Amino acid sequence: MKAKHQRLVLALFAVAGIAGAGVLGASALRDEAAYFRTPVEIQGGKAAVGEPMRLGGMVAAGSIQRQSDGLTIRFVATDGKASVPVEFTGIVPDLFGEEGGMVADGRMRADGTFVADRILAKHDERYMPPQMGEMPKNMKAPTA
Amino acid sequence: MHAYANPTRFLAIARPLTPWLLGLGLFLVLAGAWAGLTQVPGDYKQGETARILYVHVPSAWLGMGGWTSLALAGLIQLVWRHPLSGIAARAIAVPGMLFTALCLATGSIWGKPTWGTWWEWDGRMTSMLVLLFLYAGFIALTNGDEGQRQGGSLSRGAAIYALVGAINIPIINRSVVWWNSLHQGPSITLRGSSIDNALLWPLGLTLLGFSLLFGAIVLMRMRRIIADNRVAARLRRLADEED
Repeated sequence: MKAKHQRLVLALFAVAGIAGAGVLGASALRDEAAYFRTPVEIQGGKAAVGEPMRLGGMVAAGSIQRQSDGLTIRFVATDGKASVPVEFTGIVPDLFGEEGGMVADGRMRADGTFVADRILAKHDERYMPPQMGEMPKNMKAPTA
Repeated sequence: MHAYANPTRFLAIARPLTPWLLGLGLFLVLAGAWAGLTQVPGDYKQGETARILYVHVPSAWLGMGGWTSLALAGLIQLVWRHPLSGIAARAIAVPGMLFTALCLATGSIWGKPTWGTWWEWDGRMTSMLVLLFLYAGFIALTNGDEGQRQGGSLSRGAAIYALVGAINIPIINRSVVWWNSLHQGPSITLRGSSIDNALLWPLGLTLLGFSLLFGAIVLMRMRRIIADNRVAARLRRLADEED
């Protein structure tokens, strides 16, 4: 075997090793590296009351209720499997709206409501002109 | 392939190619920017803000593509010891880092009006920031004698660093699939594009245009490294003759 081939084999083994280590590392991080948790992951009291966390999900259709103080909103965050009521006092991003994605920083209250300190809007991967009317049926539903 | 590893033959091709890549690249970038800003409608949800994608997406592509080619060049340097390959890796690092920074900057500018934040530590943004630091480390390493072999090529350590860093590229790519992230999922996949054709075509122009510009910058930088080495070699010879 020529030296060049030895180096090639060695380098390929090394690359395979690095890739394997990377995949193992990334899969071990699977839960830890998640930016937020979804309603199904925290339902049934799995989230400790008062523990700071981030909740992500879709804002359920027709669920946004503006409270009488004009600043507080209540809505339901859902991931299709579970739902969590959310309460937030403050200004939301322009893109925040019903049937849109959102991510909230906050904590669970004992009554099962998620009290948010901050809300971010999350959009999906679709871009299209505004006048397209009905959304094509074959387009993938946004995953929050 | 071996024939092009010869610096003289490389220069004979690179010299006339550079102005073409530069000119065509600039033209396509300007055409794409014009089209993206004036010829296509805004997005149904984000409105005018989404137009920044015509710069953001090519930047991300070149930041990641840059490290992929840099790692390949490192591998070729390591196995076949083609000096030109190591020179290519060093030449790619600076524009690669530049486009990674541009991707982070445009992403941040885009994030504020849409998500409501300049920066969040989600998987996509964090792994892209790691790529920026990888580039910085590579540039610092190969600027000193430690990272260079005589002739301007890569030392073994620098080539290994390039290969190890490549693990971050699939992580960036998959970060929005593996983990819940604030960044949306991939719009353009092997199965097609979820960017409507009416908004997609200027992206083709800027994607190709920035790529050609990237190529022109890499060729110019490779020529500079080769020229520097010739100067250094000549000075060494002169110094030897005086002794």
